[in-house]
Amino acid sequence: MNRGPSWFNLVSLTLGFAFLYLPIVLLVVWSFNASRLVTVWGGFSTKWYAALLQDQQLLDAAWVTLRIGLMSATAATVLGTLAAIALVRGGRFRGRTLFSGMVYAPLVMPEVIMGLSLLLLFVAMGFARGFWTVMLAHTTFTLSYVAVVVHSRLITFDRLLEEAAQDLGCTPTQSFLQVTLPNIFPAVLAGWTLAFTLSLDDLVIASFASGPGATTLPMRIYSQVRLGVTPEINAVCTILIAVVAVGIICWSLAMKWRVAGAARLAAA
Amino acid sequence: MRRARSPAALLPGLWLAIFFAFPFLLVLRLSLSDTALAIPPYTPRIDWSAGIEGLKAFFAALDVEMYRRLGEDRLYFDAYVSSLQFAATGTILALLVGYPMAYGMAKCRPGTRSVLLMLVILPFWTSFLIRVYAWIGILKPQGLLNAFLGLIGIEPLDLLYTPAAVQIGLVYSYLPFMVLPLYAALERLDHTLLEAAADLGSPPWKSFWQVTWPLSIPGVIAGCLLCFIPMVGEFIIPDLLGGPGSLMIGRAIWMEFFANRDWPFASAVAIVLLVTLVLPIVLYQRQQAKALEAGR
Repeated sequence: MNRGPSWFNLVSLTLGFAFLYLPIVLLVVWSFNASRLVTVWGGFSTKWYAALLQDQQLLDAAWVTLRIGLMSATAATVLGTLAAIALVRGGRFRGRTLFSGMVYAPLVMPEVIMGLSLLLLFVAMGFARGFWTVMLAHTTFTLSYVAVVVHSRLITFDRLLEEAAQDLGCTPTQSFLQVTLPNIFPAVLAGWTLAFTLSLDDLVIASFASGPGATTLPMRIYSQVRLGVTPEINAVCTILIAVVAVGIICWSLAMKWRVAGAARLAAA
Repeated sequence: MRRARSPAALLPGLWLAIFFAFPFLLVLRLSLSDTALAIPPYTPRIDWSAGIEGLKAFFAALDVEMYRRLGEDRLYFDAYVSSLQFAATGTILALLVGYPMAYGMAKCRPGTRSVLLMLVILPFWTSFLIRVYAWIGILKPQGLLNAFLGLIGIEPLDLLYTPAAVQIGLVYSYLPFMVLPLYAALERLDHTLLEAAADLGSPPWKSFWQVTWPLSIPGVIAGCLLCFIPMVGEFIIPDLLGGPGSLMIGRAIWMEFFANRDWPFASAVAIVLLVTLVLPIVLYQRQQAKALEAGR
């Protein structure tokens, strides 16, 4: 059928997306407002951004967050991809139910519980809380997201290609590296990006796992947000939103380019 | 099917066992200890050198004082009930807002669909904290909402730090989690079924009730679980948007932990929350497994 959307569909879409985006758009607008009040437009200004560069604590927090994000996303990508491979290719191995339970449970587990349990683990193991404990905690909760993203891609990948490679004399490892991995690579990269942004955004788990000297950006923002809306925080938030948005746009352009390239290749 | 061990499972399995499953035992153990002992290293500890006697001593030292306190304290019981209420209401509202959106998306042309899909996913990638924070500026007494209401001549509303604000925040933050599974279910819908229903003389609303809605049930269940479970334990939203009147259990754990420094008690609260959520989490897992088998 597909008679196209009706007026009812259009209205619900418009209202729904307005609801989703209005607060984000407002935040960006406020960050360029010269006035401190959210209801008064005092003219366009970038002074709040300039003020950020003077805030050494904030810059330190941003640097810590960035390093944790890069490291934990990389570790989570390796572990998550392995988990997805085990779930798709492993067949019904022993302990599969438990394994898939452990992979998917962090997706819905309340952050407060995960944070508390990880903290107790670090205390029991005698780890000094700080940078590394946050890194470990973030790896643990983001690897599930990577597993889901890679899983959905791996399941549509034709296993015969792998078998053909092995018939032609590849070892399983070689066929994985030369055939499977290039094919699922976009999903692996998407998983990495997702893990990275989740790590950048996380407040609750980081607060539990962190100790003195390792304040992440969300923790810093949180401590200021409790005091109310300030233009400086709006500016930080806008920068974070811009980083994510630019990343996603680049990503989707790269995908388009890839698809177009593949189509040209197929046509040739 | 082969019944083999999967070497790929080894590393992530080990990791999750250490960093995800094992810590729950620690939480359980701590929740069974006394407040008096609540300074590191959080005894009772198992004295392995004493063998079976050490184990006995360990179990003898456990007590349920924390849980007794939990039962006696009205505050925590109320926090549980209100968390469940907030989450249930939030899930239903998200379904009411999300279903028409997902339905409308599925009705669009494929090109438009993928753009809209991107737009639903995008907020998920931007910080939760930031998105909740933006609502403070909208809802506060001198905020944007009241400025707008003033323009059209309506009495200002005092929404910030009320349960209503928490409810708005919950629906807003978890809406993408509702729309995505719904859209996935509706997009797969076989349109010839609706045509057949129309050919047989069924009015559109009846086709919806008898064809579209039943077929979208898996998406509805997945969406509701995906919203409900994390909503119950939500911390940021009640903390930033809610007042003292909207205590939720996630926030109670946080406060016991960071403000009162009562780790055993925080653990007991967490264990009760976990037990409450075990059933929906298992349901979600089974749903997920079923969906994955179907995708095979």
